[in-house]
Amino acid sequence: MSLSKMRKLKLSMIVDHGVLILGSLFMILPLVMLLQMTTIPDTEIIKTGPTLKIGDQFDDNLYKAMFEASGFAGENSGLSMLKNSLILGIGFAVGKILIGMLAAYAIVYFRLRFATLAFWLIFTTLLLPLEVRILPSYEVVQWLGMLNTYQGLIIPLIASATATFFFRQFFRSVPEELVEAARIDGAGPVKFFIDILMPLSKTMIAAMFIIMFVYGWNQYLWPTMITTDEDMYTLVRGIKQIVQVLEGAVVPEYGRSNVLALVAVIPPVLVVVFFQSWFVKGLTESDK
Amino acid sequence: MAQVQFNSITKTYPNGFEALKPTNFTIKEGEFAVLVGPSGCGKSTLLRMVAGLEDITAGDLSIGTRVVNHVDPADRDIAMVFQNYALYPHMTVRKNIGYGLKNRGTAKSEIARKVDEAAAMLNLTPYLESKPSQLSGGQRQRVAMGRAIVRDPALFLFDEPLSNLDAKLRNQMRIEIKALQRRLGVTSIYVTHDQVEAMTMADRIIVMNEGRVEQIGTPAQVYHNPATTFVASFMGAPPMNLLPAVVDGGQVMLEGVSFGPAPHRGKVIAGIRPEDFSPDPEGDLTIHVDLVEELGAHRLLHGKLGEEAVTVHVANESVAQTGPLRVGVKPDALCLFDAVEGNRI
Amino acid sequence: MKRAGFTTVSLPVFLLLPQLVIIAVFFYWPTVVALQSSFYLQDPFGFGSTFVGLQNYADLFTSREYHRIASFTVVFSVLVTFFSLAIALLLAVKADKILRGAKTYRTLLMWVYAVAPPVAGFIAVIMFNQSWGPLTQFFGMFNYTYLVGVNFNDTAFAMVLASVWKQVPVNFIFFLSGLQSIPRSVREAALIDNASAMGRFWDVTFPLLAPTGFFLLIINITYSLFDTFGIVDTVVKGEPGNNPMTLVYKVYVDGFRGNDLGGSSAQSVILMVLVLALTIFQFRLIDRRIHYT
Repeated sequence: MSLSKMRKLKLSMIVDHGVLILGSLFMILPLVMLLQMTTIPDTEIIKTGPTLKIGDQFDDNLYKAMFEASGFAGENSGLSMLKNSLILGIGFAVGKILIGMLAAYAIVYFRLRFATLAFWLIFTTLLLPLEVRILPSYEVVQWLGMLNTYQGLIIPLIASATATFFFRQFFRSVPEELVEAARIDGAGPVKFFIDILMPLSKTMIAAMFIIMFVYGWNQYLWPTMITTDEDMYTLVRGIKQIVQVLEGAVVPEYGRSNVLALVAVIPPVLVVVFFQSWFVKGLTESDK
Repeated sequence: MAQVQFNSITKTYPNGFEALKPTNFTIKEGEFAVLVGPSGCGKSTLLRMVAGLEDITAGDLSIGTRVVNHVDPADRDIAMVFQNYALYPHMTVRKNIGYGLKNRGTAKSEIARKVDEAAAMLNLTPYLESKPSQLSGGQRQRVAMGRAIVRDPALFLFDEPLSNLDAKLRNQMRIEIKALQRRLGVTSIYVTHDQVEAMTMADRIIVMNEGRVEQIGTPAQVYHNPATTFVASFMGAPPMNLLPAVVDGGQVMLEGVSFGPAPHRGKVIAGIRPEDFSPDPEGDLTIHVDLVEELGAHRLLHGKLGEEAVTVHVANESVAQTGPLRVGVKPDALCLFDAVEGNRI
Repeated sequence: MKRAGFTTVSLPVFLLLPQLVIIAVFFYWPTVVALQSSFYLQDPFGFGSTFVGLQNYADLFTSREYHRIASFTVVFSVLVTFFSLAIALLLAVKADKILRGAKTYRTLLMWVYAVAPPVAGFIAVIMFNQSWGPLTQFFGMFNYTYLVGVNFNDTAFAMVLASVWKQVPVNFIFFLSGLQSIPRSVREAALIDNASAMGRFWDVTFPLLAPTGFFLLIINITYSLFDTFGIVDTVVKGEPGNNPMTLVYKVYVDGFRGNDLGGSSAQSVILMVLVLALTIFQFRLIDRRIHYT
């Protein structure tokens, strides 16, 4: 290889890494800024804003954010919001996967006369997101007396067939012969589901769980409408209140607010980062 | 062990496609029957009907003395080996082989004993705790076999079990499967599109085409006395030469040469196996050889007899050059077929 | 359906039941209600409603405010979609090319997927704080006084920036997986046929990525329309006023705060039609996608 060509190659490598490093900084700096602001006193923030200085206020702010109640009723400490977020994230993911898997199993593995009808009834829900029918959904939940309940929070979000669609795709890719072999081996529908299909779907279930957990955890509009009791607030729902409280305060509590924002971000980020390969596989395969 | 009886069995799909026309035949106890034909000929459909994986549109299917049309696959006392093996990927070899027994409520110790026995028979003992993904193609094939024999069924069904293996392994497994069947003496139905597999393994071959049985017979019968032009061209590689001929004055005339008497009149098709030609300076026919294919043990000469393409099979010590070649035809080697229907005359 | 499906009848019905009940109550019923109330005018004090036919729709189509919001939504969607796709594609191409540190970069570039939109909006609010926000100071260096919440364009830019930041990771993941699924042999053939890396990208890589791109286009438009609600709401601090807002935000403001159920429902229906059109378009593209692969 000639010297000039090598130099060119090296230059292009520097450009590649440069672009990627810039991109990474674009992604990560905002969060670093939030974190920095939690370490310095609020009185300093309103003078200088975020700086490069690292102070010692983080522990205090973390304590305040997690254990001291805020809001008007004084019922939404960070800890209680964290609990609600977990319930929403996990409840939504589990409910959606369970219901979706069973429905997909029925559609794919049974000779059912009205299977096509059921299929269309279910998959039409993919066409319209919750946001376009948000008010009537609110009315229905109100009518059912489910405002400010976990059921009211979770179940209407489940009324879309993404998981069902995903599992249907996956089940269809499972070799035909497996169910035939199982039938000859004397396994009925329940046994086949538990002995063969569930273990085969393990990775898919995990991938779905991650995606759905993040989706549920990050819900904003629906919880904003459906929960008015402060002890039902989730962390993400709480952001709205934070913004409003910051706006009106003389010395806004940026330290404490930023901790709450970080707590709202960290669990789903950790899940996504740790189970990256499952998550990426699930995401890119489910949307096809 | 059981005989399998097909009594006017038909299969029509909801879209009206007739996958299987009325079919009648019986597979004898302990027999190794091979269903052979091109893809889409209905052979797999027939096998899957025996397995209970496909509904029977009309007719009766009996295994042993029992009509099984509406019996669940698990209760037919059969075992099946699938083309892609259909092993449960998350189970160990031991569990794969034992799953059917477990579902039948066989005692644990009994399952263990039977699985060990089957594994020993198939040289799988060292792999019993492995997962299918850790095994080679041939080993997976053996696990699939093990799953079948451990059940001690009355009937084995094989659905193109060797088509995913490479050529060498295929030859080896062919012998193993046949030997195993001999030893166990279990009635077997084996589906393949590979006529070599059919010839080498079968006690009796059932040749199928377009949802119809073309011929049933021993490999030798099917090879030497094909019932139709389809069978003649499907069985044997290279296939039988099919040449237009006429029956004139009670004599079969091919390229102006008489080949003995025939009762028919008018146009016919004359079938001659490539090995039934023999190079002979005194021969009646002249073939123009265009290409010599060297196969080591023998040679194939591709050329033309008049306007028709023909293939001649010759021993490796005989002629191997292009150009005209005089050949004779072995006595009684000629098969005559109806020119329109393709049936044997 | 599998060839040899089970023939039991009661079990599959039982399995389908939970799904069907939930979508009946929380999908079909609300959808029908939305359709229905879009033809009615609600009394602001809650004393019943009167049938007004298409009046709600007519009001919308003649409303200057609705036009303004619709145009803003279009501009907003185009900007968000274009920038988040372009940045993600650039990053994915680079991440696919390098050998060392590829996994680290992938992690650093994708984790924002898990950040909730309102948090992205919250960060924008801090970044653009009027007295000390880093970005306000940055614009100050050019003698520009940046005023989020006061100046329409400034507020809109903050929304776009936050929305792009939040959306780049998803696009990055899809582009990267699309790039990685291009067969090695195709890349090698291109390497032999075309000496220029740029040429190879536009002639081979880009067309092969097109199906992923089409698919992402729809995903991004849907995202800009609906999922940015949290960003809009936090950037305007819950006070719409004269600030820019998207169509979905308007549905919420009119229906939930303004108690104009009929008008809000009519807006919902318009959005439904829009999404339906997009989804049908997407399904047709998926057909295309299968052709490519």
